[in-house]
Amino acid sequence: MSVQSKPRVRVPATAAKGELIEIKTLISHEMESGQRKDSAGKAIPRKIINKFTAAFDGKVVFEADWQPAISVNPYQSFFYKAQKSGAFTFKWKDDDGSEYTAESKLTVT
Amino acid sequence: MPNWFGIRTATATRRQALTAGAAGALAVLLPRMVLADEAAVADALKKLYGGKAMAEGRIKLDVPPIAENGLVVPIGVEVESPMTEADYVKAVHVFADGNPLPGVVSYRFTPDCGKAAAATRMRLAQTQNVVCVAEMSNGTLFTAKSNVKVTIGGCGG
Repeated sequence: MSVQSKPRVRVPATAAKGELIEIKTLISHEMESGQRKDSAGKAIPRKIINKFTAAFDGKVVFEADWQPAISVNPYQSFFYKAQKSGAFTFKWKDDDGSEYTAESKLTVT
Repeated sequence: MPNWFGIRTATATRRQALTAGAAGALAVLLPRMVLADEAAVADALKKLYGGKAMAEGRIKLDVPPIAENGLVVPIGVEVESPMTEADYVKAVHVFADGNPLPGVVSYRFTPDCGKAAAATRMRLAQTQNVVCVAEMSNGTLFTAKSNVKVTIGGCGG
């Protein structure tokens, strides 16, 4: 059931200088914990997104290391203090080595 | 009415048999699931910070007191801090002492965040404590703990 992981990110398009903005992210992923067994009693191998990184203009501002306890289709929100216009890059790192990315622009007025 | 009586007795025994059967099945199932406990959380913390003293406070751990579905339990963490280059929250770790693995999530904040707060959703296998530890930029540690009652566990076998 390998579904293409699709990230969704909500970032305000504009913000005043010094304004605190909340960034909300969601990505579709099965987050197989590695704790479950299939009908034959065999352990289902772990496959989760283990790391989420948010960078602004290339500089990492927030990181989250997810453990198998994180729910299916992981949600993550955090804050950022707007200082200048630029672009966010969000990265999700999968156990299998693949990476999913999303970008959004922020204009500071 | 002996017949009526007969049926009642039969029903009662059937119910007893069912209850006994269910309890038996549970007893067989339970020991197979090895769950973390407070010691596992303490171990994980020791690995991170080597038994350093932790103070209570500064952390607002936002978890529901009762979670109907252990598969999706919202968790929010907020740590009081000015979030300047000189004084900010470096890392926050969340543990659950009744899950098969104690770790839930680790965050790394930077002064650019403006506010040391983050929210996600986690799986909880059973009723247990959620433990949160925050590391400040000067190395001091703070901790908070909250109990979550789980109605349906989020750890399907």
